[in-house]
Amino acid sequence: MRPSILSRPPSTLRAVDVLSPRSLEAALLLKAERPDAVPIQGGTDVMVELNFDRGRPPTLLNLNEVEELRGWSRENGTVWLGAGLTYTEAMEPPLSELLPALAEASRTVGGPQIRNRGTIGGNLGTASPAGDAIPPLLVGDAQVKLVSLRGERVVPLHEFIVGPKRNAMSDDELIAGVHVKPVSGRETFMKIGPRNAMVISVVSLALRVDGDVHAAFGSAGPVPTLVRASTDDVHTLPERVADAASPIDDVRGTAEYRRHALRVLTKRALERCLA
Amino acid sequence: MSAPAREVVLGRIGEVSRRSDAVPKVTGEFAYSSDLHAAGMLWGHTVRSPQAHARIVGIDTSRALTMPGVHAVLTHDDVPGEKLYGLEFRDQPVLAIDRVRYFGEPVALVAAEHPEQARRAAEQVRVEYELLEPIVDPERATEQAPLHPDRPTMGRGYRDDERPNVVRSLVIRHGDPDARGDVSVSGVYDVGIQDQAFLGPESGLAVPDGEGGVDVYVATQWLHVDRDQGAPCLGVAPGQVRIRLAGVGGAFGGREDLSMQIHGSMLALHTNRPVKIVYSREESFVGHIHRHPARILSEHRATREGRLVCVRVRVLLDGGAYASSSTAVTSNAASFACGPYKVDNALVESLCVYTNNPPCGAMRGFGAVQSCFAHEAQMDKLAAALDIDPVELRLLNALESGDVMPTGQVIAGKLPVAEVIRRCAALTPPEPEELPRDPLRLPGGSGNTTRGEGVRRGVGFAVGFKNIGYSEGFDDYTAARVRLHRTADGELSAEVHCAAAEVGQGVANVILQTARTELETEDVVLAAATTSAVGSAGSASASRMTWMAAGAVQLACRDALAEHRRTGSDVDLERTYRHPRTTPLDPETGQVTGERAHVAYACAAMRVVAEVDVELGLTRVVWIGTVQDVGRAVNPSAVEGQIEGGTAQGLGLALMEEIQTRDGLITNASFTDYLIPTTLDMPPVASELVEDAEPDAPYGVKGVGEPPTVVSTAAVVSALRAATGRELARVPVRPDDIVGL
Repeated sequence: MRPSILSRPPSTLRAVDVLSPRSLEAALLLKAERPDAVPIQGGTDVMVELNFDRGRPPTLLNLNEVEELRGWSRENGTVWLGAGLTYTEAMEPPLSELLPALAEASRTVGGPQIRNRGTIGGNLGTASPAGDAIPPLLVGDAQVKLVSLRGERVVPLHEFIVGPKRNAMSDDELIAGVHVKPVSGRETFMKIGPRNAMVISVVSLALRVDGDVHAAFGSAGPVPTLVRASTDDVHTLPERVADAASPIDDVRGTAEYRRHALRVLTKRALERCLA
Repeated sequence: MSAPAREVVLGRIGEVSRRSDAVPKVTGEFAYSSDLHAAGMLWGHTVRSPQAHARIVGIDTSRALTMPGVHAVLTHDDVPGEKLYGLEFRDQPVLAIDRVRYFGEPVALVAAEHPEQARRAAEQVRVEYELLEPIVDPERATEQAPLHPDRPTMGRGYRDDERPNVVRSLVIRHGDPDARGDVSVSGVYDVGIQDQAFLGPESGLAVPDGEGGVDVYVATQWLHVDRDQGAPCLGVAPGQVRIRLAGVGGAFGGREDLSMQIHGSMLALHTNRPVKIVYSREESFVGHIHRHPARILSEHRATREGRLVCVRVRVLLDGGAYASSSTAVTSNAASFACGPYKVDNALVESLCVYTNNPPCGAMRGFGAVQSCFAHEAQMDKLAAALDIDPVELRLLNALESGDVMPTGQVIAGKLPVAEVIRRCAALTPPEPEELPRDPLRLPGGSGNTTRGEGVRRGVGFAVGFKNIGYSEGFDDYTAARVRLHRTADGELSAEVHCAAAEVGQGVANVILQTARTELETEDVVLAAATTSAVGSAGSASASRMTWMAAGAVQLACRDALAEHRRTGSDVDLERTYRHPRTTPLDPETGQVTGERAHVAYACAAMRVVAEVDVELGLTRVVWIGTVQDVGRAVNPSAVEGQIEGGTAQGLGLALMEEIQTRDGLITNASFTDYLIPTTLDMPPVASELVEDAEPDAPYGVKGVGEPPTVVSTAAVVSALRAATGRELARVPVRPDDIVGL
């Protein structure tokens, strides 16, 4: 990555409209009217792009005052996470007991200030290969609920993320939240960083043993990826996870290390969850 | 628009003295240089080279000049005076003339009403470049076309090295460099580019005085040298440039070289408006010099009993595009290459080259950090080869007062190497914590990567030393001015002027404590540091400022008090303090040409306990114990702070801090990708002080800022080696190195 300030293409000074709807219905109306509006909650991704002038959207759709997006609930055996759920909220019981891997992932996000602002919906919207919440949601079979004036649809998370920082949303849609299966067995999340706190992951892994075994990794390919196994063939899982990865060399780590670390993490996660 | 107020705090020499900037810094109220404001001010922005090496074919400013809010767009044509400047050698253009030599080199300046307007206009300055092949491999630099054909560092008393791109080469021959021992160990050690990573980016405000001069409020380390570099380029007399210290958000050597001083002044004089420049974080990473990356080849020969017979070292330093303080770093790396040990025979070759990599210069530890990493790795290797306890091996060879350095300099002052080793080895690390435990207390920290699997514990040890003060014949001095009067109620009241830069190290308290001690009054104020009220203080660098400021203030206070007692009237006098004179090294033999090349030395020993996840290559440093030779602690709590901060900076180099480049371009210019230790990476430090007064120094003080940084990188890696059994010959240590990929 070349420093943007020294090499980015010239941009023009342009005002950004900030729209602040007070309800989901109002938000959807605005999004239909202004399909180029970029939704913003905590701003921990969007504002970085804006401040570094990597992107200057014509319009920001501020969703912080949309009550319907907040909080979480239990619904018919699943857990509903509103798009506005913060990492701090995901770390608190009883939610952290229903989705322990998500709680562990949330603990690895930035510092307390970032965790207070950053949201699950934002992490999905950004769809980064390094999104910390994504592997735990993948192993929880998360179903993303997208809403628009046209109605609503549900997309499995592994289909929602279609490429690095690309998702399956249409221009008029917003993320309402996700349905996730609470863990009945065990699950864990692990993340390697270049230091012991406040890092973007070099590689991460979520693993759930819940009848079958579900493993999902981040930062080791263009998209966070789910690998399934039956409890009979777990011994091959570390190698299968490493094989499923397509990591690259970058400033945070080497491809070889990422693959190696995935084997170690998968082995350790299995020991934790099968013990 | 004023410099931060410095108020009276209690305390005399040796007493804990609370810093007036402590609370405002913690609460966020401290005024840093980036907080400056003047009515009607414009904002400056620097157009920088996106290339590491290119010829400038043309610069078109016409479009930028038409942008909204723009008042000026300046290029090298607009530099009023000298086109080149430099801390020691004038080899660096104020604005690039016909060629750029590093990524981020300043090419043009813009001033506009609003910072964003300035930035946008800067993007419209069209610079046409013709790419040149960058010199990026320091090993090959002496065979490539010269970046500075006029050889700016040659003819200055250094060894005349004919090869292209040599900044300085120094060879120290001592005794019989071919002497053989019973055993020999050797290694090749690499040090990556570390950045000072101060939190307050370069910033300042230049205010035209309406008479052709300018007042510059800036975060810097040496006010007078900024003035003396700036005035010739601005085409004005030195007195017309008044440098005033603004709030400094960390320095660590990175503010020795100029940043916005001349640029801001040019824009201010051109527009006749105050001009403020604040670098962004990204710009800060490319806009200042870094610690020299190094490759060090070492061979240690010893007797079977472990006594060093001969040490042979080759040091290669990458100086980047401009000289900065590289010649002195080259010398330091050579001076300390053999470590704080008695070595009768040595051959040390130290070479610094120009390349198109990021320019390097002063950073805390200044050449000694790189050398310490190598010599301590060698001592551990030798201990292993001889099956001798590493601490015993170091004690056996410990340098002491009266011994001779490889440069032939007899250590005249105090250097209690054996004592710091003994006391440090006696510090007791905590017992290993039991499992299971909070993952925050395991390698990998918040990442929850282990519950104990793969974790090995290692204990490391290292000793380091460094010079205090400027060396090799530099005429180094500090001025202090004292105004004394009796108040109406008969009490003595004093105002002290000293241009010593308070960069966070606590020199303001040193000055106040000195004055209170000498004058025996609490009523002392320290005036704002400026070039217009007092002579030069020299640089807040080289662990010299405490010694030098205390010396100057002591001298001025004593003379002022004597004069006041003699005349009974108010006194206003200025005195200049000099430390014992040094002389250059012989350019051919590297031997001292007088009594000393370095003023004095300080040493530190450090013991480190680390836990390493050997399967994932992750580390948790558990505990650090250190004993440091400080001469005399002026302000014990500030000394403790320097030890902790300096240790953290060395730990950063050991584990994570590295400027990464590709073809000379920096690829991680942000705090997202250039990481410094968090509180989860940095353990508690148990520190003890050896207070053995330095004979030539005021109150026996030595500087304390650098020895912890010198020794901690080596000590941390020593612990990692003990835990992993791997050689780990490169810092920062990468997970791949630990795992063995």
